[in-house]
Amino acid sequence: MTMLPAPARRKLGLVIDLDTCVGCHACAVACKEWNDGGQFGPLPDEDAYGAEPLGVWFNRIHSYEVQPEVTPDSQGNGPLQQLYKTGFVENAPAMTVHFPRSCLHCEKPDCVTVCPTGASYKRAEDGIVLVDEEKCIGCKLCSWACPYGAREYSEKRGVMQKCTLCVDRIYNESFAPAERQPACVMACPTRARHFGDLGDADSAVSKLVAEREGYALMPELGYAPVNRYLPPRPRRNGCGDKAAAADHTETLDRDQLPPLLRWVDKLLSR
Amino acid sequence: MHPALSVIFFTTLSGAGYGLLALLGAGLALDLWPRETASLLWPLGLGALLTSTGLLASMAHLGQPLRAWRAFSQWRSSWLSREGVCAVTSYLPMAAIALLALRQDAQLPWPAAARLAGAALLAAALLTVFCTARIYSSLRTIPAWHNAWVAPGYLLFAAYSGGLWLWLLAALHQVGAPLPWDRLGLAPGPLMGLVGAALLVTALKLAYWRRIDGPAAVADIGSATGLGRYGTVSAFEKPHTEYNYINREMGFVLARKHAARLRAFALVCGLGLPLLGVLAAIRLPDYSPSFAALALLSGSLGIFVERWLFFAEARHVVNLYYGARRV
Repeated sequence: MTMLPAPARRKLGLVIDLDTCVGCHACAVACKEWNDGGQFGPLPDEDAYGAEPLGVWFNRIHSYEVQPEVTPDSQGNGPLQQLYKTGFVENAPAMTVHFPRSCLHCEKPDCVTVCPTGASYKRAEDGIVLVDEEKCIGCKLCSWACPYGAREYSEKRGVMQKCTLCVDRIYNESFAPAERQPACVMACPTRARHFGDLGDADSAVSKLVAEREGYALMPELGYAPVNRYLPPRPRRNGCGDKAAAADHTETLDRDQLPPLLRWVDKLLSR
Repeated sequence: MHPALSVIFFTTLSGAGYGLLALLGAGLALDLWPRETASLLWPLGLGALLTSTGLLASMAHLGQPLRAWRAFSQWRSSWLSREGVCAVTSYLPMAAIALLALRQDAQLPWPAAARLAGAALLAAALLTVFCTARIYSSLRTIPAWHNAWVAPGYLLFAAYSGGLWLWLLAALHQVGAPLPWDRLGLAPGPLMGLVGAALLVTALKLAYWRRIDGPAAVADIGSATGLGRYGTVSAFEKPHTEYNYINREMGFVLARKHAARLRAFALVCGLGLPLLGVLAAIRLPDYSPSFAALALLSGSLGIFVERWLFFAEARHVVNLYYGARRV
């Protein structure tokens, strides 16, 4: 049924830390591997080893460059505004941010309501948005309705596919409790991905979002995404405070030198 | 957006079909239609043929066409499902009118049942086209479609292209009529209606293009990534080296590159030449069927280009993740 269920108390989703993501694509690969063999697979590729490979991935890792545009009177306390305050901004380097993009399991997903067959649905119990591939007619309208590019159509299977939040892992009792997490979260080498209940204000992910000022993507479109992104932390730029940067004197810890050099330093310092 | 031929054929063919059926339904409901079986069965059959061909073309768009019957189930939320329901429902008044027409005595006025069926056909045809338009105009992700100009555009184009077909049928029906005005096919009123529709459609389309060329943007790369608060965001590296489904389906650029020429072609071919055809037929009523056929041919080609542009010019917000600055 493509009518949306009543808003659920549980809102399972991901929290993605843009500060620690290194853009290694491990989450995307782990996702592809798990879901190719999982309950919602396969995820076949066309021309996989040829000139124009094409296939469904539930997770895509972009990289963006952010060129600071900070003026002396600019408001806010973001990392680049802080850079400005350190006097570093005249030559501030662009910031590179790696940005994993997958289904945000929106609270108001148009991809669900536009579906003519009921194949696309939002689970009442935990808010996960899924496609029933037995019912999907492959009209592609849901992918048009999604602003986040979360749905990819499988030319080979003739149906729409999307992130399942690894619903076949997170409730899987044959796994150890620690492994009942989405494959992308398990795979991340920098722990930039967190999974949990964003409807529960006391959950670890909700606290993380509150502490780090996690945000939703394109809230102005009104889809009310559940997933949150944690902004990059202020960069350590090595320039310290402004006076020190201008003075630029080095200090030497004589105790760390080998005895001969320590003697040389002592001699030359006279 | 990628302009899929199946969807363009569907919207233009079924649009013309439902336009023709709506005109027939209106004429019947108001008891303005000629009281003979043939003048009713021809447009009815043609309307059924056009809409059915369009619906079949839309099936070609599906990855799993055998499951298409499932699309009738979600009418409570989905405009696509509503369209399917309306399209199938419209066959009922069509069948009723066909049965009544076969039993009609040319001396008598249309019975109340036929007028009622005509009204039902008018409603079903208009509703189906309205639902088609709402499939697109309900998408908040595509600003060029999510506006008030789309639904009136679809309805007017349907009526106009249906009118072109009706003129051809009427002109063929009236070949060899004794009076020159009759040989024109349509009576002056409906013919001027066709001219009026063409002018109205032109005005509407110009207003629509003005609207979508406007600077209004629904989102930018800064809000799409949430990084706009730190400075100017640009795509540094894409997630993949080759195009994926998203790029192929929603990253179509060609039409916007040549938009000005294609728009001019759509207007001249779709609306200008058919108007000339009407004027030429008024001057030379004996050649009305030829002029009507040329008007239909040129009009259909123009409307095809117009519909191609409707899809191909539209920009989807997902392109923000692939480097578009504002959509």
